[in-house]
Amino acid sequence: MSRAESPPKRDAKTENARPMATPTDQGAARKTGPDPRTGRGPSPLWTLGLFRDELVTTFRRWRTIALLGVLAAVPVLIGVAVKIETRGGSSAGGGGGEGPAFIAQITNNGLFLVFTGLAATLPFFLPMAIGVIAGDAIAGEANAGTLRYLLVAPAGRTRLLLTKYATTMTFCLVATLVVAVSAFAVGALLFPLGELTTISGTRIGFAEGLGRALLIALVVAASLTGVAALGLFVSTLTNSGIAAMATTVGLLITVQILDQIPQLHALQPYFFSHYWLSFADLMRDPVYWDGLVRDLGLQGLYVAVFGSAAWARFTTKDITA
Amino acid sequence: MEELSADEPGPARASGAVVPAGRTGSARPEPAREPGGTGAVPAEDAVIATRALSKRYRGGQLAVDGLDLTVPAGSVFGFLGPNGSGKTTTIRMLMGLIEPTSGTASVLGRPMPRSARAVLPHVGALIEGPALYGFLSGRDNLLRYDAADPTADPRTRRARVGTALDRVGLSAAAGKKAKAYSLGMKQRLGLAAALLQPRRLLVLDEPTNGLDPQGMREIRALVRELASDGTTVFLSSHLLDEIEQVCTHAAVMAQGRLIVQGPVADLAAGARSRLVVTTPDTGDAARILKEQGVTDLVVTETGVTAEPPDREPAELNAALVTAGVRVRGFGIERASLEDAFVALTGEGFDVAG
Repeated sequence: MSRAESPPKRDAKTENARPMATPTDQGAARKTGPDPRTGRGPSPLWTLGLFRDELVTTFRRWRTIALLGVLAAVPVLIGVAVKIETRGGSSAGGGGGEGPAFIAQITNNGLFLVFTGLAATLPFFLPMAIGVIAGDAIAGEANAGTLRYLLVAPAGRTRLLLTKYATTMTFCLVATLVVAVSAFAVGALLFPLGELTTISGTRIGFAEGLGRALLIALVVAASLTGVAALGLFVSTLTNSGIAAMATTVGLLITVQILDQIPQLHALQPYFFSHYWLSFADLMRDPVYWDGLVRDLGLQGLYVAVFGSAAWARFTTKDITA
Repeated sequence: MEELSADEPGPARASGAVVPAGRTGSARPEPAREPGGTGAVPAEDAVIATRALSKRYRGGQLAVDGLDLTVPAGSVFGFLGPNGSGKTTTIRMLMGLIEPTSGTASVLGRPMPRSARAVLPHVGALIEGPALYGFLSGRDNLLRYDAADPTADPRTRRARVGTALDRVGLSAAAGKKAKAYSLGMKQRLGLAAALLQPRRLLVLDEPTNGLDPQGMREIRALVRELASDGTTVFLSSHLLDEIEQVCTHAAVMAQGRLIVQGPVADLAAGARSRLVVTTPDTGDAARILKEQGVTDLVVTETGVTAEPPDREPAELNAALVTAGVRVRGFGIERASLEDAFVALTGEGFDVAG
C-alpha cells in the first residue's frame, strides 16, 4: 500500500469543513472525512452534539436531580404550611403582611402558590442552584482533568464555553419551571382555582392568570442569567469546582446583604439581585414594565460583561489541570 | 513525497544520524544519507516539528528551553526524561493547551495552537493519565468525548465507541460507572478515547502506567499494530526498556532541554559497551586485566567490569584463566538505552531540581 500520509499542505485556504484532505490525498481523505466518497465533510449541525451531550450529562447527575428536588419541595412546604395555618378559616399572613409575596392570596386561588413559590425561592434557593451548576461548569472539568481531553477532542474553547453557558441557561429555565410546576400542582391539589385578583384590584380569568404565571416563570429564569454569567466567569478563574461554587454562592449572599444596607443606595441599582422581585409587577393590571425592563437590562449587562470576561480568560488560559 | 518504508516493522526501519540537539546549532537532521531512507526528515514531512520552543511559567520557571524536536512521519517516537524535565509541558504545548512563551510548534504540518481545530481531530491523545467522569459509565465517557469533536459523525458514534472499547479489551466493563474502574481500566478507557477515530498521530503520555505486565504487553502490541497501520506514535515514558522495545526513534529531555534525538538503535550504539568478567577472585582479575592494559576497571561484588579492549577479548580470557582466576562469565555487554540515558543526562531517573 502506498502511504499517502504526508502532512497537509500549509495552505490557509484548505482550512474549511474538511481541512486535512486534498483531492489527491486519498489516504488522508479516508482517515479524515466521514464519507469520502461523497466528499462531504462534517455537518455544521454536529457541533451541537456537545450541547446535547452536556444537557443529558448535566440533568442525569444526581447532584442536579437533588438540586431540582430541593427546589420542588419549597412550594410543597409553603402550600402545606398555608393549608394547616388556615384550617380554622383565617387567611394566611393576614395579620401583618409578613412572608413571601402573595402568600395571603393562596387560600383564595391555588395559582398564587406559583407566585409565592417563585418569590420564596428567587432570593436564595434558585440562584444558589445556578451558582452550583455555573461554578462547576469549567472548574469542575478542570478539577477532574476532563477539561484537557475535551479541549484536545477538540471541543474548541469558545464552543465549550458557549455550550456550558447554554446549559446553565437551560438549567435556569428548568429550575424555575420545576418550582412553578410543583407550586401549581400543590396549589391545584390543596386550594381552589379560578379567577384571580391582580395587585391592582382588577379580576382576570384563570386562563390569563395561567399565562401570566408562565410569563413570570420566564422572567424569573431570565433574572438568573446574570448570576449564571458571573458563576461561569468565576469558574474560569480556578481549577477547583468547589472553590468556584463557594465563591459564586458567597458573592450571591454578599450582594443580597449589601442590597439591604441603605447607605449603599447609590450602588444598589447595579446589584444583580436588586430588581429581582419586580416580577410581581406582571401581576398588575395594566402591567408595570419599568422595573422589569431595568431587571432584564441589568441581567443583559451582567451577561455581556462577565460573558466577555469569561471568554477572554478561558480562551487565553494555559490549561495545566 | 518521500516514500516511507512502513512495511518494515520495528527498529529495522530506523536509520539516519543521531542528532545532538545543542542549544547553539540547528537541530535539523542532515539530508538523507541513503536514497529512500527515512532517517533525515525535512521539517515539512515531520509530524511534529518545533523550533526554539520555550515555555516560561508565571513565576519565572523555565519549563521548556529552546526545544527543536522533529518527529518523522510513521515513527514510534519515544520521549524520555526524568520527572520535571518538561515532557508534559511540551506535550501540552503541542496539543494547544498551553501557549508557548516563544518559538513555534507545528503538528501535522500546521502551526499549533492556531490550527488546533483542524489538527486535533487527527490526533488521539492520552495526557498525564486518563481523566474520566466518575458518574458516567465507561461507554458514556467515550460518547461524551466523541461528541466534543465537531468532526465526529454522530451516526457512527456508537459503533466507533464499541470498536474502541473492544480494542482495549473493555467491552465487558463498558456499562460500569467509571468511578468503579481500577487504574488499569481507566488507563485503557483513556486509550480507547484516543482511538475513537482513525488517527494520524497518537500522543501517549505514560500509556502503560498502572497496568499489570499483561496489560503492558497488550498496550505495546496495540502500539505496534497502530504503527504498522501508518499512525505516528509519540510515546512518553520513563520505562526505558519499553522505549527500547517499541520505539524506532527517541528523544531525551533533561531540565527543559533536548539532550539528543534520533533513531533508537543509534542512540543505544552511542553509549559505550562494557567488558564484564564474572568471578569470585575479583582482586586477581582486576590486577591481571590492568597488567593487560585494560582501563576503567570497576570492581563489583560479582566480578570486574572495564572498558572493552581494542584487541581480541579471548586473549584476555586466556590470560585470566592462565593466572588461575576462576572465570565464571566473560563477555562484552552491549549498552542499553538506559546506559545511554545515564551517559547523556549524567543522572538517573531522579526528579530534577
